[in-house]
Amino acid sequence: MTRSKLLSLLGSYGVVLALLLLILFGWLRYDYFLGFFNITSVLRYNSMFALVALGMCFVIMTGGIDLSVGSTAALGSVVAALFSPQGAWIGLGAGVGAGLCVGLVNATLVTRLKIMPFVATLATMLAASGTALLLADNQSVSVSYESGFTTLGQDNLLGFPIPAWIALAAYVVGWVVLNFTSTGRGVLAVGGNEDATRMMGLPADRIKFLVYLASGGLAGLAGVILAAQFGAGQPIEGVGWELFAIAAVVVGGTLLTGGVGSVGATLAGVLLLGILFNVLNFENGKGWISLSAYWQSVIRGLFLLIVVILQAKLSARSTAAVKEY
Amino acid sequence: MDTDDLLSMTGIDKRFAGIPALSAASFSVRRGEVHALIGQNGAGKSTLIKVLTGYHRRDAGDVAFDGKPFEVSSPQQAQANGISTIYQEINLVPYRSITENICLGREKRKFGFLDWSAMHREAEGLLQRFNIRVDVRRPLMEFNTATQQMVAIARAIGFSAKLVIMDEPTSSLDEREVGVLFNVIRQLKQEGVSVVFVSHKLDELYAVCDRVTIMRDGKTIKTARMDEIEKIDLVSSMLGRNIERTEGHATAFSARDETKIGKVLLSAGNLAIGQIVQDVSFNIRSGEIAGFAGLLGAGRTETARLVFGIDRLRAGEMHYGGKVFDPKRPSDAIAAGMGFCTEDRKSEGIVPEMSVAENMMLALMPKLSKSGIIDEKAQREIVERFIKQLGIKCSGPDQKVRELSGGNQQKVLLGRWLAMNPRLLILDEPTRGIDVGAKGEIQSLIKSLADQGLAVLMISSELEEVIEGADRVFVLREGISVAEFDRAAATEDAVMGAMAHGNAPVIAEARP
Ligand SMILES: Nc1ncnc2c1ncn2[C@@H]1O[C@H](COP(=O)(O)OP(=O)(O)OP(=O)(O)O)[C@@H](O)[C@H]1O
Ligand SMILES: [Mg+2]
Repeated sequence: MTRSKLLSLLGSYGVVLALLLLILFGWLRYDYFLGFFNITSVLRYNSMFALVALGMCFVIMTGGIDLSVGSTAALGSVVAALFSPQGAWIGLGAGVGAGLCVGLVNATLVTRLKIMPFVATLATMLAASGTALLLADNQSVSVSYESGFTTLGQDNLLGFPIPAWIALAAYVVGWVVLNFTSTGRGVLAVGGNEDATRMMGLPADRIKFLVYLASGGLAGLAGVILAAQFGAGQPIEGVGWELFAIAAVVVGGTLLTGGVGSVGATLAGVLLLGILFNVLNFENGKGWISLSAYWQSVIRGLFLLIVVILQAKLSARSTAAVKEY
Repeated sequence: MDTDDLLSMTGIDKRFAGIPALSAASFSVRRGEVHALIGQNGAGKSTLIKVLTGYHRRDAGDVAFDGKPFEVSSPQQAQANGISTIYQEINLVPYRSITENICLGREKRKFGFLDWSAMHREAEGLLQRFNIRVDVRRPLMEFNTATQQMVAIARAIGFSAKLVIMDEPTSSLDEREVGVLFNVIRQLKQEGVSVVFVSHKLDELYAVCDRVTIMRDGKTIKTARMDEIEKIDLVSSMLGRNIERTEGHATAFSARDETKIGKVLLSAGNLAIGQIVQDVSFNIRSGEIAGFAGLLGAGRTETARLVFGIDRLRAGEMHYGGKVFDPKRPSDAIAAGMGFCTEDRKSEGIVPEMSVAENMMLALMPKLSKSGIIDEKAQREIVERFIKQLGIKCSGPDQKVRELSGGNQQKVLLGRWLAMNPRLLILDEPTRGIDVGAKGEIQSLIKSLADQGLAVLMISSELEEVIEGADRVFVLREGISVAEFDRAAATEDAVMGAMAHGNAPVIAEARP
């Protein structure tokens, strides 16, 4: 039993283990890897992905998918930049609001019109991207520097980047919602067996609605940080973010079919992917070998695959051990 | 309306795509009574229940509950209004913990947040009423069907409803567990809760029910007091005809012609896989019906899974048709001419979204297709033949299996394997959840298949079925084959004794 417990622990925390090993590797191999500058810049950059992945995690736990998060973030960044002259808070609110609008459309399509999430969010992905390009007139939109909007992306609080604090806060809220509210448990129940959830008398549609709405809002927030960090709304950013988010969620052990998932492991998944990218940059910086962007992609893909396979093996073995009663 | 009535449903109509499932059905339940609802497969019992709880919208009729007209549009509302239901298909969330499955929808809170320790305690407390002690934090899927069924019941009872409906709750429970359930039902009754109880096992009804309503073809035929109606009357009203009592026989299995039994087809020696199958030996001859008897958890299903290559052997060996047989996956067993009708038709056998025809053809597909293209005509013929032969009640080969009643789903599954023309057919609880009429049909079907040379391995929790149906009975107990009886030696007492105590000497006596 202890052995199987250990295995199941590894199964669920395999991603954490991989993360720690990767950090250890970087620390031993590169001089400034654990330096203050590198840590803060990794956190600052990846907090956007963390927010998007959090929303994705909830959507996937219900058994759905949200492909629109990348272009929603782009739209959010443009809207936030356009509103930033009115003040930092208004810029923030506008960006998040734009995300919520996309989320609202997704939620309605999926729960009211019963359109498959993949199709519904593919459509909104295109629509949001088009809207962002229209609003931005096909170029990046500079934010207002006077209103203090850029603080959201560029400044530190207690030594850590503000975006990292925002992401951390979002994950804490997400964790509490998932584990300590009935809506959170409902998310997992709907993903595990939607029909049963209805028969049990839970508001399955409302739960799904909220999840898509939240995912949109979080993508909008990521867009706000994007604009604040780079000083401009970026209508063409966000391409492939949804894939990054899905990868982070899956590496974190959340089942694509829904019903099983973890907020903490998703964060670990984001960090794993982000730090892997960072390590590859360091490796290039060493000048021994020069990895082209293409090779980097290949290596990241392989790495992802290895983590996922390991995790599947570990969790399969742990349940097999449990099943012997 | 009778003042004693808690629930009264009158003139209920329900059609599915124009086909009536309920026509002018009425049903009433008094306060604090246990009311049995019986009828053949497809009679409309589950539909009546689903109409009541708002899962289906009725086409006509009135419902009154607790003295007021009752209009709900979802199971959620029904539950909030005091009707708690355990649906026939266990409807729980396998990945989630037992606690969540019991408490979802009425979570305990502290400062607005879920209070896990209180919920675990509540789940443990509820299960304790059923003498079940398990780690309620573990995912439901790690537990056997019986425990899952108990969890579903515990969940329904936890809502402190005025009416608890149980649609075939006992089909996956063994005798002891049924006894425990009945105690809980009696407790509920004392607390003034009414219970509607659906079951095909008539003896159970006499043990716990006050009144009974019989359904046939979507109509409610008759309501009577349980102590005033005889079993034979129940059966004849269900079937709508007078049945003759087969002297001394509880099943439709009749005597077999021993000469039809041939050479040994499959022999298994000392099979083992971990705890649940430790040491099982048996053999089956072609044209023979071999029965596996044993209590729940004796390792019967698990042994069948080994034979069929679903799980891999850890020890022991099998011979099939004279050669060593070591199936690595089910397709090996299928290629060797085996079929396996699983007990858990929902998760292992039936593809609910596919049609009757598609479900039946699933295993046969590779054989019926010429270079990848399916021979539609041959397929149609086979499907129609089995629908007729097995008496499957459906609107046609294209109806979705999801829409069939539980018993008819089982027949589709049986048809799937029979269509393969197998040499060895493993039937795990072939008549579970099947009404008396269809049960008899399936039993005679099994016999006639054996007469044609098919070897049948039949697992059944119904003692009469094994004893009367099998040419030889193997008794399994805690993962070990403890006894073997031939037809003459297989008396109820002997088999039960072996199931309960596993007295080894019996083997020495019974083996030739
Ligand atoms: N969703 C549905 N769509 C179409 N037909 C249905 C649906 N549900 C049930 N039916 C049909 O209604 C009839 C009654 O089915 P029901 O499930 O109520 O039977 P039952 O009495 O519960 O039988 P069993 O003992 O086998 O569970 C059947 O002929 C079935 O095919
Ligand atoms: Mg039914």
